[in-house]
Amino acid sequence: MSAQIPEVRSTEQLREKWMKPEVISGSEILLRSLLLEGVECVFGYPGGAVLYIYDALYGFTDFHHLLTRHEQGAIHAADGYARASGKVGVCIATSGPGATNTVTGIATAYMDSVPLVVITGNVVSSLIGTDAFQEADITGITMPITKHSYLVRNVEDLPRVIHEAFHIANTGRKGPVLIDIPKDVSAAKTMFEPVQNVHLRGYQPTVKPNRIQLDKLAAAIQESERPVILAGGGVVYAGAHEALLEFVNITQIPITTTLLGLGGFPSGHELWMGMPGMHGTVTANRSIQEADLLINLGARFDDRVTGKLDGFAPLAKIAHIDIDPAEIGKNVNTDIPIVGDVKNVLELLIPLVARAGKADAWREKVVKSSQENPFKYKDSDTVLKPQWVIELLNETTEGQAIVTTDVGQHQMWAAQYYKFNQPRSWITSGGLGTMGFGFPSAIGAQMADPDRLVISINGDGGMQMCAQELAICAINNIPVKVVVINNQVLGMVRQWQELIYENRYSFIDLAGSPDFVKLAEAYGVKGLRATNKAEARQAWQEALDTPGPVLVEFVVERGENVYPMVTQGSTIDQMLLGED
Amino acid sequence: MMKNHAISVLVNDQPGVLQRVAGLFGRRGFNIESITVGQSEEEGLSRMVIVTQGDDKTLEQIEKQLYKLIDVIKVVNLSSRPMVGRELALIKVKSEPSERPEIMGVVETFRAAVVDIGTSSMIVQVVGDTEKIDAMIELLSPYGIKELSRTGVTAMIRGNA
Repeated sequence: MSAQIPEVRSTEQLREKWMKPEVISGSEILLRSLLLEGVECVFGYPGGAVLYIYDALYGFTDFHHLLTRHEQGAIHAADGYARASGKVGVCIATSGPGATNTVTGIATAYMDSVPLVVITGNVVSSLIGTDAFQEADITGITMPITKHSYLVRNVEDLPRVIHEAFHIANTGRKGPVLIDIPKDVSAAKTMFEPVQNVHLRGYQPTVKPNRIQLDKLAAAIQESERPVILAGGGVVYAGAHEALLEFVNITQIPITTTLLGLGGFPSGHELWMGMPGMHGTVTANRSIQEADLLINLGARFDDRVTGKLDGFAPLAKIAHIDIDPAEIGKNVNTDIPIVGDVKNVLELLIPLVARAGKADAWREKVVKSSQENPFKYKDSDTVLKPQWVIELLNETTEGQAIVTTDVGQHQMWAAQYYKFNQPRSWITSGGLGTMGFGFPSAIGAQMADPDRLVISINGDGGMQMCAQELAICAINNIPVKVVVINNQVLGMVRQWQELIYENRYSFIDLAGSPDFVKLAEAYGVKGLRATNKAEARQAWQEALDTPGPVLVEFVVERGENVYPMVTQGSTIDQMLLGED
Repeated sequence: MMKNHAISVLVNDQPGVLQRVAGLFGRRGFNIESITVGQSEEEGLSRMVIVTQGDDKTLEQIEKQLYKLIDVIKVVNLSSRPMVGRELALIKVKSEPSERPEIMGVVETFRAAVVDIGTSSMIVQVVGDTEKIDAMIELLSPYGIKELSRTGVTAMIRGNA
């Protein structure tokens, strides 16, 4: 199953070579600086304003450059790489349209706090501001969706800017940083001196929590009769999964993990209630509403989790642990605010806590509720049910794969029916909800972890938003297993139109989609199709047994809905449960 | 409770820093009554004074969101302590020669100054807190204000703080 990706690792010898002070061009400075930041793989697309950079990349073998077929593919791949590895994802695009094509991907990473460094070319400095060919003010355009950005005016600034960019992207609350390099700056030569220190007066993230607040939380846990933990993406990003497991095992507090928190806690654990929110479990949602103490660990009280804010967790004292102080109190009033890295916080908290002794009855009730209220769907022997397909993927891979998804119904079913046990195994666009993300992000994840099985689950809609990257899989033999859950319709929109817009189905029919098997074959990727359970089992096994990339299309029931569902404007305990 | 706040923001004197701050206010729906930017006591840093409206929760979010900008060094809510707030206004008021003495009277009472006199207008310069400038404008309105330009408030905490 291993990808045919040659190993690139920075050795001490290479580092010495890269660090040597020499007069070199801005483009060479860029490449050397990336290497010194530990970059092993970049995703990009050349063009006029980055010609010097691509000239420096000619014959360059110290890291991989993957040529995607669209800048959107490149940035989503860099995102998938970052989410799977925990390292900074890097993407290169040219000026103007190249740069603007990365905008959706930058916003996707920003919303989900993913560390990226995005390098764009720009027109030569003297032409900036003149509406020159392929000029776009990309730093201006991306200001609201980047953690920080730079327009590099002098080649001498490049080493410092690149070092700062990586530092900013991957510390504190992580996020994308953009570096815009005018063409003359990438051409200009100067003495390269590596920068190893960062001095940013305006950027000193708080990672160590306040002790008084920790004591308050520890006391609240001992007092609490109905405590609940709500764990989010922060647990995964901070590498806090082991500390979290220990914390839960000691305190015995029931836990729910948000969409981005999936994998941050083992799904087989008795106290795991599943995901909360719009398509969350009955147990998680009801427990939050009944809780007298809600401990938020690195989640941001997104509206898809809280439902109607006024009426969310109405009985609970709220403790909120977040690396970003601005998240605390933003949506939900907080009684115990704790700013810090979730891992640091948990490690300091663990010695202060014991079993939540007053919560025995509550614990029993929650565990019983989880057993009595699993996700359910009406299976069929004539048509494939999408939920059954996800269960098939889960069983055959024992929950050990990296799963990426696109956005919509299949995303929710994957979140509900795939049982994650390790962090960085679940890659999905939660905040922005970006269609077209699922497939290219899997390419990035596979580059980050060449030996692991990577499954990209897509709908028939989203698959058509970045399908061109099948070429990358074929050429580089990147063995992503591409799953298309084809219901011939934009399913999530259809579901809302059915349930809320009284069956007025407006522009959701995807008739005229390509034959996905032939599409895969056109790119040189093996394509398989399944329309019933026997075919599905067989096709999927064949995909798993094939060493390279494979696309498997599962033709499923068109009118299936995702349940439970909390409609907008309702509190999360008011769930539509679907028919029995 | 909605009320006006003056916030002092110490920022790196970098291209685009005003856009970052103003853009943040715009996209998060925070209001800007006025904004002034200029040199600070330290080379390489500028000070912005922003007057905004909002309740305590909004103000807390404004401060926290501002701190997320890498180019923001320090944020101080000036209104939370005794402060001096001043703005300057230039008011071009219609004044036929016969009206001049009367207008001069108003100007003197306010300890304002006439900085230019034309054949049928004059420019009055007034410095003070917002209320004083509002009052000046109100008193000059009957003569006919042809043009008005206000700097917005700049401010500082009193005493040694």
